[in-house]
Amino acid sequence: MRACSFFLLSPVRGRGRVRGDAPTMLETQSLTIRFGGHAAVDGVSCAFEKGTLTSIVGPNGAGKTTYFNLISGQLPATSGKVTLNGEDITSYAAPRRTRLGLGRAFQLTNLFPNLSALENVRLAVQVKSGKGYDLLSRTLTHRELIDRAMAHLAAVSLADRAQTVAATLPHGDQRKLEVAILLALEPDVFMFDEPTAGMSIDEVPTVLDIIAAIKARGDKTILLVEHKMDVVRSLSDRIVVLHQGKLVADGKPAEVIASDIVREAYLGGANA
Amino acid sequence: MLRSLLSDDLPRSRWLAVALLAILIGLAVAPFLFPGAKSLNVAAKICVFIVLAASFDLLLGYTGIVSFAHTMFFGIGAYGVAIALTRLGPGWDAVAVGVVAGLIVAIVLATLIGLFSLRVRTIFFAMITLAVASAFAILASQLSDLTGGEDGLNYRLPSVLRASFSLADGTLFGVRLNGRLLDYYLVYFAALALVLVLLRIVNSPFGSVLMAIRENPFRAEAIGYRTVVYRTIASCIAAATAALAGALLALWSSQTNPDTTLSFDIMVDILLMVVIGGMGTMYGAVVGAVLLVFAQNYLQDLLAIANKALAGVPLLANLFHPDRWLLWLGVAFILCVYFFPTGIVGRLRQKR
Repeated sequence: MRACSFFLLSPVRGRGRVRGDAPTMLETQSLTIRFGGHAAVDGVSCAFEKGTLTSIVGPNGAGKTTYFNLISGQLPATSGKVTLNGEDITSYAAPRRTRLGLGRAFQLTNLFPNLSALENVRLAVQVKSGKGYDLLSRTLTHRELIDRAMAHLAAVSLADRAQTVAATLPHGDQRKLEVAILLALEPDVFMFDEPTAGMSIDEVPTVLDIIAAIKARGDKTILLVEHKMDVVRSLSDRIVVLHQGKLVADGKPAEVIASDIVREAYLGGANA
Repeated sequence: MLRSLLSDDLPRSRWLAVALLAILIGLAVAPFLFPGAKSLNVAAKICVFIVLAASFDLLLGYTGIVSFAHTMFFGIGAYGVAIALTRLGPGWDAVAVGVVAGLIVAIVLATLIGLFSLRVRTIFFAMITLAVASAFAILASQLSDLTGGEDGLNYRLPSVLRASFSLADGTLFGVRLNGRLLDYYLVYFAALALVLVLLRIVNSPFGSVLMAIRENPFRAEAIGYRTVVYRTIASCIAAATAALAGALLALWSSQTNPDTTLSFDIMVDILLMVVIGGMGTMYGAVVGAVLLVFAQNYLQDLLAIANKALAGVPLLANLFHPDRWLLWLGVAFILCVYFFPTGIVGRLRQKR
């Protein structure tokens, strides 16, 4: 399966991968999904270390979002394995993976449209508190959940929009709310799927600063799908290139960006 | 105190607050204000249907589950009490056995339906519940040894709830203090308590997850909530509450038959109550139930008055004939949905 891409991989593979002492947080082994005869993600093996930010790049249709869906459990893998902190989570449904520490923000804004911004975030805070099955206390009496949700809203500078219904927020604010929900889950692995897509130029830094701040903590693992190459270059410890469902390059940002394979992939050269 | 009782879910509209107070007080003094068997019967029915509609709103308005099996649970509660009173005689022990048995059957059935079919899409779930409810209604009319078939069951209530029981000698404001009055207040306070419990549930952390599932089940799963489990629990609570409403009806009317508890007409009625009142607001179910039961019982009388007033006018008199009451109910429903798409409560809350 890897035979055809083996040659392509050789120039950059191996140098960026070995990072030394950091333990592996998340790993996929020969992860594959087929829709009929088409393999949208095809035998991708990749390990993501604790405290690192890995960007996943590739042209449209390369399988980046599908790869995310396989990791976070929105799609079932045809074959292959996903392990989180050494635990095989391949057979787990999405909610369980989230509770184990896999947090995901979505590419297409995916909120609770008729609830307030605060309630969107509070629901995410509530998951970890284990209060979801509490039938008989009043939501408003759980101040600590509300306060934490407010703090996460403030982190994406949406504190003054707390009571606004999510569906009526401008697009950029909805993207920020999406990030706030991810923060509220307090995961070990953050998966950002084009977090700045459709944002106006002056809003982009807010989100990038948040990602940089998470990275600076050093104990979180970040996966980032992003098209803006300048963003990728400045934030990433490592870049992985997907092309037609296969992992075709993996290494340090400067090396990968300079490599032929990335140029070809982005310039539409499908056949090497 | 009031905040805690209403679980922080205040009416948030002056007119809604006025309407709710009027309903609360009106029903409380109904036996004295409107003496007579029919009006007391209507008041008790309103209480029962408020609970039934509110429990249906927990499913439809809060969780986004479309179920047509809600009357089945209503019937299970009613038949539980009816069968127990028929078999064990008119005692409170029989009532307790009937209520508990009805609750158990309702919860087990709701769990089974939930676990087996809440994974499928809304429309398919609705179809499954329709099939189960139809099968159950047929079963109830066929098992005539147990349920009395199409005729249903007639039974004697515990003695303190009968008209022959006197609470005290004499009358209060011209109303005899008998068992029926006691029975009415049993229904009234039970209904009030059940509505307050439902109000608490929808304003609890659990209730907030139900609304998240209604808004976006995919995202609710993605942030870590097991939606099937939450939906199944919500179904069980709704089923149990509907069964209790059925038990109240059985305790009120001393007869239980398929028409009054299991028919599809009742299913349509509670659907209308919730939609007219406003989905996703417990108060909407309350207002909707009051309006619809009122209309069903008094629209004919109202039309008779209109008919008399228009006696000479050729077409109009016919149009306002008391027999046309269903037509006017239909027109009122269409206007309601057209002008208040978010229901009466949704409309009232919009204005602030």
